[in-house]
Amino acid sequence: MLEDVNNLMQGFAVALTWKNLLFMLVGILLGVLIGVLPGLGGANGVAILLPLTFSMSPTSAIIMLSCIYWGALFGGAITSILFNIPGEPWSVATTFDGYPMAQQGRAGEAMTAAFTSSFVGALFAVILITFLAPLVAKFALKFGPPEFFAVQFLTFCSFVGMGREPPAKTIVSMMLGFALAAVGLDTVTGTLRMTFGVTDLLQGFDFLVAVIGLFGLGEILLTMEEGLAFKGTKAKIDFNVVWKTWKTLPKYWMTSLRACLIGCWMGITPGGATPASFMSYGMAKRFSKNGDKFGDGQIEGVVAPETAAHAAGTSALLPMLTLGIPGSPTAAVLLGGLLIWGLQPGPLLFVEKPDFVWGLIASMYLGNIVGLIIVLTTVPWWAAILRIPFAIIAPVIVVICAIGAYTVHNKMFDVSMMVVFGVIGYVFKKLKYPLAPLVLALVLGDMAETAFRQSMLLSGGTISVFFSNGLVGSIMTLALFILCWPLLGKIRERMRPKPPGSPRPA
Amino acid sequence: MDNRVSPGAGDVQTRWMELAVALLVVAGGIVVAIDALRVGIAWGDDGPKAGYFPFFIGCALMVAGGWIAAKTLYAWRSLAGNVFVTRPELRPVFQMLLPTIAFVIAIYFLGIYVSSAIYIAAFMLWQGKFKWPVTAATALGVPIAIFLLFEIWFLVPLPKGPFERLIGY
Repeated sequence: MLEDVNNLMQGFAVALTWKNLLFMLVGILLGVLIGVLPGLGGANGVAILLPLTFSMSPTSAIIMLSCIYWGALFGGAITSILFNIPGEPWSVATTFDGYPMAQQGRAGEAMTAAFTSSFVGALFAVILITFLAPLVAKFALKFGPPEFFAVQFLTFCSFVGMGREPPAKTIVSMMLGFALAAVGLDTVTGTLRMTFGVTDLLQGFDFLVAVIGLFGLGEILLTMEEGLAFKGTKAKIDFNVVWKTWKTLPKYWMTSLRACLIGCWMGITPGGATPASFMSYGMAKRFSKNGDKFGDGQIEGVVAPETAAHAAGTSALLPMLTLGIPGSPTAAVLLGGLLIWGLQPGPLLFVEKPDFVWGLIASMYLGNIVGLIIVLTTVPWWAAILRIPFAIIAPVIVVICAIGAYTVHNKMFDVSMMVVFGVIGYVFKKLKYPLAPLVLALVLGDMAETAFRQSMLLSGGTISVFFSNGLVGSIMTLALFILCWPLLGKIRERMRPKPPGSPRPA
Repeated sequence: MDNRVSPGAGDVQTRWMELAVALLVVAGGIVVAIDALRVGIAWGDDGPKAGYFPFFIGCALMVAGGWIAAKTLYAWRSLAGNVFVTRPELRPVFQMLLPTIAFVIAIYFLGIYVSSAIYIAAFMLWQGKFKWPVTAATALGVPIAIFLLFEIWFLVPLPKGPFERLIGY
C-alpha cells in the first residue's frame, strides 16, 4: 500500500512537467472536440492521432492519448444534453433526462451535474486502479498460457453474457473479428491463411483501420440517414449555477456509489461503458424515490449514467495495463499504441517500466481534474462548433478518417478497406450487431490463438488443461457461467407463472 | 425504437436485410472453414496446424449465422412491418457513400490533397448549397492545414499526385 503511494508520487513527478501538462491540455481539448463531433469518437479519434505521437516519448504520448480519451468521455455529454444527440454511444442514457432538463432551461445545471459525476466516476476508477493494478499485475506474473487464454475467454464470454444485444449477434461479431485477425501470415507455423493470392492481405487486417471505418465512416452514414438538423438550446454555465448544483449533488451519493461500482465492474470485465451507463440508469430509476419521474428531467437521471460511463471507461484500462487485455475499443487502441512504442502491456510492464506505468496513472488523476475545469469553462464554444453545418463537417471528417487509415501502414489498400468497414459498421449498427466485440477480437485474435495453441501443446491436445488447476479452472467456470447467463434468465422467465392474457414470447 | 410504418415502395425491410446479413455470415464461415481445412486442422509435427483455431471460428460463424437466419424466418410474419431504411432515408446515405468511394479512388491518381479539396468543395456546393467564397475557403484551407500538420510538422508523408510533383514536393 505504502509502496504504491510512493510509486504514485514518483508518477506525479513524471506527469507534472510543463511539457506533459501541455500535452494533457492539448489532449483534453482534442478529446472534447472529438467527443462533440459526430463520426469521431474516443476509439477512432485516438486511432487517427496515434501516428502523430510516434515521434514523442512514450510517456508523453500515452498521457496525451489517454487525455484525448477523457476529453471524449466528457464531450459526449455536451451534445446529449444540449442537442439530444449522443456524441458517443455511452452518453445515450444521458439524453433521457439531460435533454428534458435543457428544454426546461436547466442546461447549465444538467451539464454541471454530468461533468461532476463523470469526474467522480473517473476518480473512483483511478483510485481503484492505483491500488488494485499492482496486485493484479503481481498475481498475473504467475499466469501461463492456459490462464491467459482463460482470461481472454472470460473477456469474450462477458460480452455475450452482459451485452444488451442478442447473444448470437455478439458471437457473430466476435467471430468475424477472430476470422479477420487470422488473415495473413500465421506467426506460429509460417503458413499463409485466407489471403487467396492477394498480396495486400499478407499483412492481414489492422484493427486501427477497422476502428476508423466502423466507428468513423459508419457513424457518418448513420448521421446522414437521420438527416441531421442541430436544434439545440443555448448553453451558459456561470459560477453560480455550478455552485448551486454542487450543493445539491451530495444528496445523490448512493446513486453515485452504485453507479461507480457498476461502472468499475463493467469496465474491468469488458462489458464496456455503454451497457454500464444503461444499467446504472435503470438501477437508479428502480431505486430512486422519484423513479417514476425519470425521463422528465431528473438530475439523478444524469448523474447515474455519466458516473457509470466514466467509471467504466477508466477502469477498462486496468486489465489493459495489467494483463494486456483491453476492456474497451479505446483501451484496445491505446494497447496498440503501447505495442508500437515497444512496450508490452501485461504484468511485466509494472516491473520493467514503473516510471511509465505510474506516470500514466498519475496523469489519469491530473487529466480528469484538468478536464473538469476545461469543460466547465468552455462549454459555449463546443456548442458553437455544433452549429457548423453538417455539409462542412461530414466531408472534413471523412478526409481525416482517410488520412488516419492511410498513416497506419502507409497503404492505400487500408483506405479502401476503411470504406468497406464503414458500410459494415452502418449495416451492423442498424441491425443491432455490437461492434466492440469485433474490434477486441481483431486485437486479441493472435494473442488468444497463440495462448490457446500453447496450452494445447502443453497438454498434448486435451481441453482438460483449462481445468488443470484451481486458478485456471475457476476463471473458466466463471466464464462459462457468464456465457450462459442470458440462457439462465430465459429459463427463469419460463418457470415464472405468466399472468393470464400475456402474449406468448416469440 | 421500431419503425413500424407500413412499408412504402422501395423501402428496405428489416427481415430481408437481417436474413441477407445472416446468410453472408454463414457464407463467410464456410470460406473460413474451407481455408482452414486447406492449411490443415489436424495435429502437425510441432503442435496444432495453422487451421486448427480458424476452423473453430468458421464453424461458430456458420452456427451463429444460421441461428439468426432461422430465427428471422421463424418470426417472418411478425417482422413484416419493420423497415430497415426507407427510400427517402437511403438517398442521403448514398449521397455520402458514393462521393466517398469516388474520393478514395481519386486519391490513387491525384494524391490526397487535391482529392480532398475537390471532395469537400463538391460536397459543400452540392449538399450544403454553400456560396463559392465559403466553399473555396474551406476546400483549400483544410488540405493546406493537413499539409502543414503532417508533412511539415510531424514529417508523416501522405499520398501525393501530379500536382504536388509539379510544385516540386
